[in-house]
Amino acid sequence: MNTSSALDSVTLAVLQGRLEQLVDEMDATLFRSAFNPIIAEAHDASHGIYEKETGATLAQGSCGLPVFVGSMSGAVALIIDRAAQEGGPNPGDIWVFNDPYRGGTHLNDMKLVQPYFHNGELFCWLSSVGHYTDVGGAVPGNYNPAATESAQEGVLIPPMKLRDRGVLRTDVVDLICAISRVPTNAYGDLYGQLNALDLGERRFGDLLAEYTGPVVAAAFAELTSRADSLMRANIAALPDGTHSVEDYLDNDGSVDAPITVALDLTIDGDQLTLDFSRSAAAVAGPVNISRSTAVAACYVALKHIFRDVPANGGCLQPVDVIIADDSLLDATWPRPVAGYTETILRIMDLIFAALAQADPSISNGASYGTINALSIAGKRESGEQFVMFTFYGGGLGGSPQSDGLAHGNAPLSTATIPPVEILEANYPVRYTRWALRPDSGGSGKHRGGLGAEYEIELLAPGAEVFAFGDRGRFAPPGLAGGGPAAMNELRFIVDGEQVTPPLTSKVVGVALTTGDKVCISSPGGGGYGDPNGRDSASIARDLRLGYVTGPTR
Amino acid sequence: MTGQRVIGIDVGGTFTDVFCIDEVTGDFSVAKVPSTRGDEASGFMRGVSSVVSAFTQASAVVHGTTVGTNALLERKGARTGLITTQGFADVLEMRRRDRPNTWGLWGDFVPVVDRDLRLEVNERVGADGSIVTPVDVDEVVRQAHALLDAGVEACCVAFINAYANDANERIAVEAVRSIWPNSHVTSAVELLPEVREFERTSTAALNAYLQPVVGNYLEQLEVALADGSFGGSFFIVQSNGGVMTSSAARSLPIRTALSGPAAGVIASAHIAGAAGFNNVITCDMGGTSFDVAVIAGGEVVTGSQTAVDFGLVIRTPMIEISTIGAGGGSIAWVDAGGILRIGPESAGSVPGPACYARGNDRPTVTDAHLVLGRLNAAVPIGGLEKLDLAAARSAIFEHVGAPLNLSPEAAAEAVLKVATSRMAGALRIVSIERGHDPSEFVAMPFGGAGALHACGLLADVGLSAALVPRYPGVTSALGCTIADARHDVVQTCNIGVADLSDPAQVTRLQARLAATEADVRVFLSDSGLEYGEVTVQHEFDMSYVGQTHMVQVAVDDVSLLTESRVQALFDAQYLATYGRVLDNIAVRILSARTSIVGTRPKIDPVVFAPTSSVVPEHQIRQVFFDGQWHDTPIFDRLALPVDWSIDGPAILEQADATIVVEPGFTATVDGQGNLIIRALT
Repeated sequence: MNTSSALDSVTLAVLQGRLEQLVDEMDATLFRSAFNPIIAEAHDASHGIYEKETGATLAQGSCGLPVFVGSMSGAVALIIDRAAQEGGPNPGDIWVFNDPYRGGTHLNDMKLVQPYFHNGELFCWLSSVGHYTDVGGAVPGNYNPAATESAQEGVLIPPMKLRDRGVLRTDVVDLICAISRVPTNAYGDLYGQLNALDLGERRFGDLLAEYTGPVVAAAFAELTSRADSLMRANIAALPDGTHSVEDYLDNDGSVDAPITVALDLTIDGDQLTLDFSRSAAAVAGPVNISRSTAVAACYVALKHIFRDVPANGGCLQPVDVIIADDSLLDATWPRPVAGYTETILRIMDLIFAALAQADPSISNGASYGTINALSIAGKRESGEQFVMFTFYGGGLGGSPQSDGLAHGNAPLSTATIPPVEILEANYPVRYTRWALRPDSGGSGKHRGGLGAEYEIELLAPGAEVFAFGDRGRFAPPGLAGGGPAAMNELRFIVDGEQVTPPLTSKVVGVALTTGDKVCISSPGGGGYGDPNGRDSASIARDLRLGYVTGPTR
Repeated sequence: MTGQRVIGIDVGGTFTDVFCIDEVTGDFSVAKVPSTRGDEASGFMRGVSSVVSAFTQASAVVHGTTVGTNALLERKGARTGLITTQGFADVLEMRRRDRPNTWGLWGDFVPVVDRDLRLEVNERVGADGSIVTPVDVDEVVRQAHALLDAGVEACCVAFINAYANDANERIAVEAVRSIWPNSHVTSAVELLPEVREFERTSTAALNAYLQPVVGNYLEQLEVALADGSFGGSFFIVQSNGGVMTSSAARSLPIRTALSGPAAGVIASAHIAGAAGFNNVITCDMGGTSFDVAVIAGGEVVTGSQTAVDFGLVIRTPMIEISTIGAGGGSIAWVDAGGILRIGPESAGSVPGPACYARGNDRPTVTDAHLVLGRLNAAVPIGGLEKLDLAAARSAIFEHVGAPLNLSPEAAAEAVLKVATSRMAGALRIVSIERGHDPSEFVAMPFGGAGALHACGLLADVGLSAALVPRYPGVTSALGCTIADARHDVVQTCNIGVADLSDPAQVTRLQARLAATEADVRVFLSDSGLEYGEVTVQHEFDMSYVGQTHMVQVAVDDVSLLTESRVQALFDAQYLATYGRVLDNIAVRILSARTSIVGTRPKIDPVVFAPTSSVVPEHQIRQVFFDGQWHDTPIFDRLALPVDWSIDGPAILEQADATIVVEPGFTATVDGQGNLIIRALT
């Protein structure tokens, strides 16, 4: 019997847990000390440990925002290049930036990247990323559907030293606060991120003291190779073949024409190819995404399906992602990218749909597919400015296991929604409806989860509304014979008249006054399996409880 | 008439544990009888009868119960209805827009109140407390009748923004109660006058859902006790570790959700404190879970919210108990990537570990202990005559040894190492993450399996020692007999610290705290018990304006609520929590928590001291440690005298627990019968 490998496999299992726990603690520290509810309540933030030379993800927590896992790897790679140009990183350095083109996602996501030194040598990188409430630009909260260039979305901060050899640069802190409409939030969130990095550095030091550098480095390499082999085993279990699927975004926020996102998924032995070449060229409006964001979306979708694979960069080694240059999925400066969420939700649903063609028992119907970012900005009776910024929920797809979850969070995130009472206490609004939306789940053996209906009445003398949503023209599809969900609907009640925006759910600066309303009816999830296979007790229950009000769609 | 004995009784899933103490003589006895699942009352009565010949001998019976928790987990509460504000009937089902797991999108949620039993009325209160639409009593009564007609047994009323002004909800609840045929009506704002509609509604709906179940159960017990001419007081342990009267528990069953585990933590704090340890991490390991709680500076650490299952959120002050799915029955397996994992799947007690030979052939943590000789196959456990060692060995080898190319013994050691590491992770989270230095803490293992892992935990986490109480199996029952009476109230304040520069604001806040204090004093005196010391403590939930997470700031003197003083208290707490304070940002008080504690007499653990002074005979068994078999002495734990000590390896056995002293550790019996285990230096 080989006892040396016993030590290895046991130490490995222990270190895997310790690393995840360490990152969880960093997440928890930022969530608890952050100032803006998008981080504190919605957990739109993430931390990780990254490989010293490539920036590949080594460890990721269990509570951070899933889409950041992959995209931060690109962000760290950017800093690795940058540090090399500057003669290498020094102990005590921290870079800060929000460049979405190489760092991924959008301008609101402020990224802090810190080298970790062990015995005087670079050992790995730690990072912290969180969604800031506002980073300047034309629209409060930065979801500007009409933007056609980056500068209209917000201020782009290139990599800058926030801390230089241990000395915090207050000029950089001041800059990050100065670009925001809510500088106090930026200040508090930035220090929250520093709290998290401080804690991560201390804990990682403890871990190295206990296990030594070579053991931890060996564990990183081994965990990456295990994730690789586990992912290969999952892929190899599927029949070889190519599966082609398409879906569409409503429009780009300026031109009312559908935008194609297409996937040709090929399974070849233990190798998976995700070819997005048939997708649209880059567009004028902000539904473009950068290449690193697209790759991150693939990672998240695969992790949702293959849940047993450890969360590190090894997952993607057997996966080849093909994206055409300057396409919708390869945005470069100055193309606008604020609405990245809508596009990556399409990517994830395409991967679910294509994998279902290979094996329906591993996949699920599409989720509601839009975050409905809503910003209401105006003046209170007192004259004081306010910006209320919120995301809304919808249904998740039916699955082989059960009906879809009603009013869940989107697959890219683990974000929760703030309570009505907290929103009403902080902003001059009153919710007159906060309810499930009947008939919004796609029919199926397992029905899609229901979306929701929200009605928000303005209590201030004047405000402008900005909205960024999608799925107003193309419904979240079902799988394996399941039906589509209801589409997204955004309406305004202005002066008692109902107003429907021409671009469905993307609008800029709709003027409201006291008593006017914003109404959102969010999509449900797609159904799973043939509706004729649904058992009669579930059909009767749906009707009795009003989840469904008539014959199935 | 009443006697002088206090009986603590903890009804668990497998056993009902009883601890009985004579308050005058200090004599005590312990007993263990099988639980009767589904008919907990008869097991309870058998337990009481096993320690007293007549109920008249008892002055008080104090009960830790899992009836409420089980009803929630198994969804066996009452048919419940909800009356709420127009437009908000679905709050309970919409939750906070979450999902069960970070990775994976499957699974749905069924709330405890069906959608057709969630009815709305036309009423509305603004966030500022203004009445936007007054409530219509006739409409409320109509809806209540509609629920009764639909066969509803328990009703919950929860209105939006009632935390800011409870007038509408109070009127509605009064109207419902006036026509409701039983006492099962819960008002959300009465139960929890705190902002956040989902958490408040969920807590209240779950309370209503449990009222009939817990109410009927407690009533059965009350009747049975009365039939035996019991004339003393009957108390229930709450999740906050304090006791309340049985009648209070019938209207507030949600506060019993962690009743049993909380009693164990209370006992641990007392026993460890008497042994000179004020910093303790309790480790309760049973068949399916490992529960940890922290006692820091002699105080049990409490939290304010938990979810007993996805979407079933309870917000009420409670002892903070963190649970991971690692128990004796947790299954060990090797994943497709070749990594050894433990749980979350568990064989539970039925069918149980492979060595129970009752149909499960996958290896569990208990099987690993058996393979290594740490457990004695010949000693009965879980109602079995003996354990099947061969079945344990083959399960361990087939599912762990073969895939990892390890011998059965090496595989079993690997299973224990990974399981211990997961438990250590839970300990680290509750200690290090909260800023506690583990080297200042001792572990206190109880439950059947905790002491098997004590040495591994000491080494992994860097704790100073482990303290194994004399009767680890009846710790919760003992805790019942010594728990203080306790009541907690929280209210939303939402005022800035800067506002305290206005003396009128200070006076108003002081008046609110004084009124709450008067209320909680009445609650305590209504219990009919005598208390030693009665203390009232106020605490503010505070944050910088803009933050949503709070730090808890103890208010030491209500008469001194000046702006600068409250600011200084906040700064000190924030600095201790995060390591830095922020300049020039306003601070606010979101809510005030008031708790009252009435102390009850405590048993002096010195009564547990063993009386014998003779070291008993021991046997020798082969036990596997660190890659090889060792001749290991096996002792009868309860026969060991005070100050007896031994260096590992050694195994100490007693009826309901096995203690493993690994090589490199030393164990000593202290003056109260506890076993103290430390690493040899």
